[in-house]
Amino acid sequence: MSFTLLLDITIGGLILGGLYALVAAGLGLQYGVARILNVSHGEFIMLGAFATYSLHMLLGLNPIISLVITGPILFGLAFLIHKVLFMRLRKKAESAVIFEGNSLLVSFGLLFIIQNIALLFWGPDIKGYSYMSETVDLFGIVYAKNRLFAFLFAVVMGSSFYFFITRTRMGKAIRAASQDVNTAQLMGINTHWVLGFCFALGALLAGLAGSLISMMFEMTPTIGLPYTIIAIIAVVLGGLGNILGSLLGGLILGLVGNLVMSVDPGLSMIAYYMIFLLLLLVKPTGILGK
Amino acid sequence: MKAERFTWMRHQLLSPWFMAGVLLLIFLSAAPLLFAPYTIISITNVLMYIVMTVSWAFFSGPTQYLSLATAAFFGIGIYVSALAGEVLLFPLVITLGALLSFLIAVLVGLSTLRLRGMYFTIFTFGLSELIRHFVLWWEVNITGTVGRWVVAMDHTTVYYAMLTIGTVTLAVTQTVRISKYGLALRSIGDSEEAADHTGINVNTVKLFSFAISAVFTGAAGAAMATRWTYIDPSIAFNPLYSFMPVLMAIFGGITRIHGQIIGAVILTLLADLLLTTFPYYYMLLYGLILVVVILFVPGGLTGLQTDLKRLWQGGSGK
Repeated sequence: MSFTLLLDITIGGLILGGLYALVAAGLGLQYGVARILNVSHGEFIMLGAFATYSLHMLLGLNPIISLVITGPILFGLAFLIHKVLFMRLRKKAESAVIFEGNSLLVSFGLLFIIQNIALLFWGPDIKGYSYMSETVDLFGIVYAKNRLFAFLFAVVMGSSFYFFITRTRMGKAIRAASQDVNTAQLMGINTHWVLGFCFALGALLAGLAGSLISMMFEMTPTIGLPYTIIAIIAVVLGGLGNILGSLLGGLILGLVGNLVMSVDPGLSMIAYYMIFLLLLLVKPTGILGK
Repeated sequence: MKAERFTWMRHQLLSPWFMAGVLLLIFLSAAPLLFAPYTIISITNVLMYIVMTVSWAFFSGPTQYLSLATAAFFGIGIYVSALAGEVLLFPLVITLGALLSFLIAVLVGLSTLRLRGMYFTIFTFGLSELIRHFVLWWEVNITGTVGRWVVAMDHTTVYYAMLTIGTVTLAVTQTVRISKYGLALRSIGDSEEAADHTGINVNTVKLFSFAISAVFTGAAGAAMATRWTYIDPSIAFNPLYSFMPVLMAIFGGITRIHGQIIGAVILTLLADLLLTTFPYYYMLLYGLILVVVILFVPGGLTGLQTDLKRLWQGGSGK
């Protein structure tokens, strides 16, 4: 394998990995802290992508500006969903296992609902637009500008997320809640607010990832589920409950995925599942898990 | 002990539920003579979901291991039918589908014995998706086809096949449920450690009940494939098949067999109705029903019935 090819695969993998890390960090918050295995996570990505598309096509809005608009809207929507649906489930559930099972099923209901609404709104056809698609030469390899932008944006978001979790008071509360919600509550943390915030922040990250995806790839209302699955695998890979592990898991999956795709694009999903199943069998607690 | 057991069995056989079941079976056997083809096809569909729901709840109900592997076993049955349908007789195809599902379930069971709770659920879901993607890749790259034709059967044959599978499913799951293995399964659901300490071979019981539940789903897949005539990986391994039985069992009441059956019947007919009347809002309505059921009737319809009875008798409801 020549050096340029290796470099090409690595850089491509980092670009993809940055995107996956954002997606995985979102799900990591929702599952690691709020204990909701949100299978409709990918639908929020899809909503972010289509919202950016529509704002760009109808109002001519720059996709970078819609990043600032769609994210917060999805944050609010998800906060409301958490309050109305998941908080009620949490109060009713007799045990943590029952809550996890029920919230999984409810999030499946959300998947159906959101996907159906998107189908009614945008139709089943493939949509896309061109933005920053002119290319740049980097170490002798050519990249579209939008991919480099997506990578830079993911790096900035990923590191601010890292600092938010490790350095701020809210981050500390989130880490405490991820270890033990009841004890965190006893320590005076408003867990209702923290759990809702984590779920909503997860949706915000999904929305941002969606906006980035809309700049690079074409989309249909059904693009969500594969991203959800990648996010689940990345979260388990990094270690369930370890919020920063999901960033690492996403990055690793992106690198591996891009490598496999360069051999045979049809094999990438199979590779993800193989990694996932082997991991569950060998070390279900993940790379950074205890 | 033997005599006691015998009286108890006789009591079971003479129970009104059992009698009603036998009468219903006689009625259903004569149904193709009485009803139009459309009704027969519709009943076949209902029977298919009863088989899937009852066999899912057979394992996941008492043990509280939420399995999402139904689509995998169902799809394996479908593919057996597509590959062997031309060479083998119909009953043999169904048996082969059941056997292959059994074998795969044993393999899955052996590898997942250590996983608990959400890990088990995610693993079974991932496994179904892995099989789907693998079959897709295999079809595109090795055989150069996406999708296959299945040897078609007339709807009466499929109906009787499904009725037989359904009857066997109910007979086997009920027999196991009232046997000491059923008790062992329930005690595993209550506490795996405690069950282990009372001398139950937890791993063997879990493994075989999981494999038994796969047998019927595989058989149902092999039988139903002949009705669709055309299949591809995304039809055969549609993740919806993993979720439907869960929803139906919870909707009807997961702890009782009549709850599971009622759930399967109502939701299958409802899905048919929604799909024909509101094809564009089908998923939306189904999702809403799912959310509302989980939020407001977590014990299912039979749970609701118990609550109402308690309320009626003046006791304090929960």
